Amino acid sequence: MLAVLAAALLVSVAAGVVFGAVPLSPGELANALLGRGDAANATIVRDLRLPRVLAAALVGGALAVAGALLQGMLRNPLADPYVTGASAGGALGAIAALALLASAPSAVVPLAAFVGALASVALVWRMARLGGRTTILTVLLAGIVLTSFVGAVVTLIIVASDRLSLRLRALLDVLVGGVSVRDPLELAAAAAVIGVAVVAAIALAPRVDAYAFGEETAATLGIDTERTTAAVLVTTALLAGAAVALAGLVAFVGLVVPHAVRGALGARHRPLVLACFLAGATALVLADLGARVALAPAELPVGVITGAIGGPFFLFLLVRSRRVAA
Amino acid sequence: MSLVAATGVVAGYGAREVLHGCDVAVDAGEVVAVVGPNGAGKSTIVRVLAGLVRPRDGEVTVRGRRIDTLSRAEIAREVAVVPQAFETLFPFTVREIVALGRTARLDAFGRGSADDREAIARAIDALELESLADRPIDAISGGERQRVVLAMALAQETPVLLLDEPTVHLDPAHQLATMRLVGRLARERGLAVFAVVHDLNLAALADRIVVIADGRVVRDGDPLAVLEPALVRSVFGEGWTVMRRDGRPVIVPSLGAERTTTMRVG
Repeated sequence: MLAVLAAALLVSVAAGVVFGAVPLSPGELANALLGRGDAANATIVRDLRLPRVLAAALVGGALAVAGALLQGMLRNPLADPYVTGASAGGALGAIAALALLASAPSAVVPLAAFVGALASVALVWRMARLGGRTTILTVLLAGIVLTSFVGAVVTLIIVASDRLSLRLRALLDVLVGGVSVRDPLELAAAAAVIGVAVVAAIALAPRVDAYAFGEETAATLGIDTERTTAAVLVTTALLAGAAVALAGLVAFVGLVVPHAVRGALGARHRPLVLACFLAGATALVLADLGARVALAPAELPVGVITGAIGGPFFLFLLVRSRRVAA
Repeated sequence: MSLVAATGVVAGYGAREVLHGCDVAVDAGEVVAVVGPNGAGKSTIVRVLAGLVRPRDGEVTVRGRRIDTLSRAEIAREVAVVPQAFETLFPFTVREIVALGRTARLDAFGRGSADDREAIARAIDALELESLADRPIDAISGGERQRVVLAMALAQETPVLLLDEPTVHLDPAHQLATMRLVGRLARERGLAVFAVVHDLNLAALADRIVVIADGRVVRDGDPLAVLEPALVRSVFGEGWTVMRRDGRPVIVPSLGAERTTTMRVG
């Protein structure tokens, strides 16, 4: 199963590099990858398509892994980085940077998104602790409160800012989700963060299994639930923060991919995390390819594609699981 | 020495005090049934003994060690709890659920040892789950699921086993089988078993009965001595006939509101 998913990812990455607004022959493509031949082709492939395809793969993988961990720990089939406030905080950071900075240096907007995601999860954790012990329920409630509050602030900034109306495309990419790589360093930094977080997710996975009957049973099975909850929140905040930094709010990948993979692979989180990374990466590379070619030479925000496909696909999974259960 | 003991425990949730000074102790090889009205504090005493609720006063010891000095993983190697709820959201298989009982013994990489695999196999065998082992938990009946969570707790291979209403979702045959099984585990493996049981006749199969009412232990002793008409009336009201058969009490309900009385049969 993992081998099939890895092969699917390789094929989709290749497709993402081959296809695009400018058609290239296999020979032109090979030359471009090796940095020979036409300089414009080399720029298209090496500086534009390849980083973008890799970014899409990282974002899709990160969101799917975050969704798998959060669904398992929160025992909530609708959980993804949106519920813990990570995505909302990331969007706020990015939009605030776009609105406040006259000419934002390329690294500031993703950095602001990343900081926003981490800060909002830290805030959720602080709010959840107000009552003394932190429980799953208080984390969920605090996440909902923070997300709606941040949504209001984002709307306020959009309405009040003159500058954002001039940066509509960048704003759309944050709000609806659009993969863009402004700087190779940004991609490398995001890859490093996501790499560390995925390793952490794999390490945490057996402990997340123990949440199968809820937090209290996890404790009786030997889990330090407060510490594990904190570790999962930090890990998913890193994943979501890096994802929002690269691609804004991409809907449905974190929600749908874990359900689809679970249906094929079972519920244990260690294989699930690995498979979700591969499947999520493949899904977003293909979605981004769709976003680039659907209205070429114009581009759709990738979130339009994931939303348009992810919603009905989620409904399909839901109906199928009902039918199996019946 | 008792394997698990609570002494003078005062405990509750937020502003609400549920237990007002309870003493309970369970020895090795002994099945103790806890009975009492709804809201009396039965589940709370289980949670106190499991280290899930920290007493405001008094102390809990497991094999002589204070439970508040132990980590969750250390407690999980001494005390197993069969949960009241057994709904999972995701399709874990029966074997995967039973394997969760070994969580506290996984190595730093989350891997189990040969000991772990043997313990899982023993637990599956003890509850006759072999034929279901690879089925998803959402594809088996409620009674089968109850056996799966019991197997998960058994796989922990702890000296203390706590059960919160282990028979509540079971038909009479499986209720009886469960009580027999925990009795056998106590005798053969020397486990200390502490079980909240609603059905007084099932409770009467235990070695000892603890009656909890309004957050206090009102009686603790041999089933025949504990379940006498005056006690049953004061805790569970009128309308019961207490009989004796083969040295055990038998409690029969009636639709009318007759006085709770004794009748000797057999």
